[in-house]
Amino acid sequence: MTDTTSEMTDTPSKSPPAPARSASAAAARGGRRGTPPTRSWRDHPLRRITPWLFLLAPLALLITFTYVPVGNMIYYSFTDWDGVSPDRNFTGVDNYTQLFTRPELFRVFFVSFYYLAASAVQIVIALYFATVLSFDLRFRNLFKGILFFPYLINGVAIGFVFLYFFQDGGTLDSILSWFGADGDRAWLGDPESANTSLAGVSVWRFTGLNFVLFLGAIQSIPGELYEAAQLDGASRWQQFRHIIAPSIRPVLSLSVILAISGSLAVFEIPYIMTGGATGTQTFVIQTVKLAFQFNKTGLASACAVVLLLIILAVTWLQRRIVPDEKVDLV
Amino acid sequence: MRRKPLSAVLLATALLTVAGCGGGGASSGEAATAPSDPGKVSGTITVLTNRTDLVQDGTMGKYAAEFKKTYPKVTVKFQGITDYEGEVKIRMNTENYGDVLLIPSVIAKGDYPKFFAPLGDTKDMAEKYRFTGKTDVKGKTYGIANFGTVNGLVYNKKVWEQAGITDWPTTPDEFLADLGAVKEKTGATPYYTNFKDGWPLSSPWTNSVGSVSCDTKASDALAAADKPWADGSDLNVVDTLLHDIVHDKLSEKDPTTTNWETSKTDLAKGKISSMLLGSWAVNQMRDAATKAGGNPDDIGFMPFPAQKDGKYCATLLSDYQLAVNTHSEHKEAARAWIDWFTEKSGFAAKEGGVSALKALDLPDVLKPYQDNDVSLIERSEAKTEQVNAIDNASEIGLAKQDYRQKLIDIARGAQEGSLQDYLDELDRRWAEAAATVGN
Repeated sequence: MTDTTSEMTDTPSKSPPAPARSASAAAARGGRRGTPPTRSWRDHPLRRITPWLFLLAPLALLITFTYVPVGNMIYYSFTDWDGVSPDRNFTGVDNYTQLFTRPELFRVFFVSFYYLAASAVQIVIALYFATVLSFDLRFRNLFKGILFFPYLINGVAIGFVFLYFFQDGGTLDSILSWFGADGDRAWLGDPESANTSLAGVSVWRFTGLNFVLFLGAIQSIPGELYEAAQLDGASRWQQFRHIIAPSIRPVLSLSVILAISGSLAVFEIPYIMTGGATGTQTFVIQTVKLAFQFNKTGLASACAVVLLLIILAVTWLQRRIVPDEKVDLV
Repeated sequence: MRRKPLSAVLLATALLTVAGCGGGGASSGEAATAPSDPGKVSGTITVLTNRTDLVQDGTMGKYAAEFKKTYPKVTVKFQGITDYEGEVKIRMNTENYGDVLLIPSVIAKGDYPKFFAPLGDTKDMAEKYRFTGKTDVKGKTYGIANFGTVNGLVYNKKVWEQAGITDWPTTPDEFLADLGAVKEKTGATPYYTNFKDGWPLSSPWTNSVGSVSCDTKASDALAAADKPWADGSDLNVVDTLLHDIVHDKLSEKDPTTTNWETSKTDLAKGKISSMLLGSWAVNQMRDAATKAGGNPDDIGFMPFPAQKDGKYCATLLSDYQLAVNTHSEHKEAARAWIDWFTEKSGFAAKEGGVSALKALDLPDVLKPYQDNDVSLIERSEAKTEQVNAIDNASEIGLAKQDYRQKLIDIARGAQEGSLQDYLDELDRRWAEAAATVGN
């Protein structure tokens, strides 16, 4: 506040300062010079808490619906609670010991590699389309809509749609048969093909989100830069390489974090489509099953806490390796 | 200065966390007794049900209107819940889970007194009702069954006749041979696993425990069994049969994309020849046959293909049990509803189920069983609590689909392993869990 006011008084030509503002600025200057402080709005105790009053509603919601449940979950992870019984016993780190002494509980993370590979493909596709559609093309908005549309559909609905798609003699098989390919294949039949198919669905669903993030970043690049580049004879590729790519780096790194944490916590699509059968079980599905099928809410909470820590660690590592630089194009 | 708000936030979070862990109040233990005078009992009761279809099409409303004729001052409201198990389990952390509800299967039997009002002494209740053992805790009964079902295979008679089969198979091997004949002569899918939907792999198969050995204590025996999957045991016979059906390619081609709703029509039309379900499914299949323009009489029902001393046995099991919330303020009205619903509504007969009342006859659906002298056995539930505790600790899930889905994956070669190795592994996990649960 002080910075802007002093700047304003130093350069009065910029904009005619409002009377109230210049008055307060004068008061501030007066205070700085050591004259006895006049009791003004600036020093009023209410002023200090005003921002907190505004924040009250969102903070209350945030605490009630995010931090309290997380706190509860951490608490449950130290108990043997079964999820319904009114009694629970404090068991210390027993759940964590159990978790870390059972390697099969971590084996499910291998499934995440399918989704991680898929996210890489997804980012490339999204980046390609965002770049292409940021230039002036015919039916640009139509294509934008088509690309973003899958992200708007409910994940459960997508699961069901793709179940028909992958069915024996379903959409995919009939399309392939038009091209003379043998349509006799159980797409969700063995672990490798099932995980690849599910990861494919996830690409279809989330490309739109990455696409919009990239497009937003690209469109915030001032148009003069392209004009200048064109005058200098830069090709489209050169424009991408030297203007677009550097300016969307923060968004790109955000997408990478989202992709990693997303692939570690895949849930909806495999849960709806296969229920975790045939080697498609992910860590979250396993956690849900522990909590709601085998009534091990304590152990499942410990799993959830561990997943949270893993994701935090990955994010921290990623920020250390690729620090968030301020982008300055000009 | 900066820190203050943050620490305040953390403190508030911590306080709320602790407050949130309080849990529900204690149970009063007050019994829900039937009112002596129907005219006097009053109140509005909420009934939780998993039958959203019956709530939406007004069937439940009709029952409530009928009920009101006898109990003019009681109003019954229904809450149909699609994800019944999941949602009610969470609601049961509070005191607000309706007045009458179906006991979710996740609630441990030993916890019943904490959640439900006792309905009477088991020794009295057992004279009048079936399935009281399932909710008996320390001599008190906590639930009355909606209806009971009998385990067995639903099959398409016409398809089986086309395949030249006239008699029910008496052994698993004979059943496999019959399915082979169906495959060869009719082109129908001999057996449909419903792998994707999963539940048809869980309860119908596990319910067959007891049908094989004709032993009412077959389920209780699991509590003390070292090797539940040992050669010749019920679970071994049942799971080996499922494995062999899939291994011999007598089931659907792509199990991962099965669909329960279409499977009903397919069975009715004769595209599928058999499914292991229960007597409750027969009427649904007949409806499907009528809708598909087929003949409802084509749908047959036969016991699990195993005989003990030359006789078939089929387990008689209770569906969900109706119970009264221990926190309910209208326990009399709630009990009145349960009694009326069990005795007067005719719900069980309409669903093709066996009524909880011993006095009522078996439904028509079970006529083939009566004609062929199949003995119905009601499994003892005395050790259910221990069996469930071991089952959960071992993470096998006898009543869940996962372990049989893996069995099918092994049978069709999608996952590595052999039947024997897998059964040994299950035995080992069961034994380890039994040791930790400590019975």
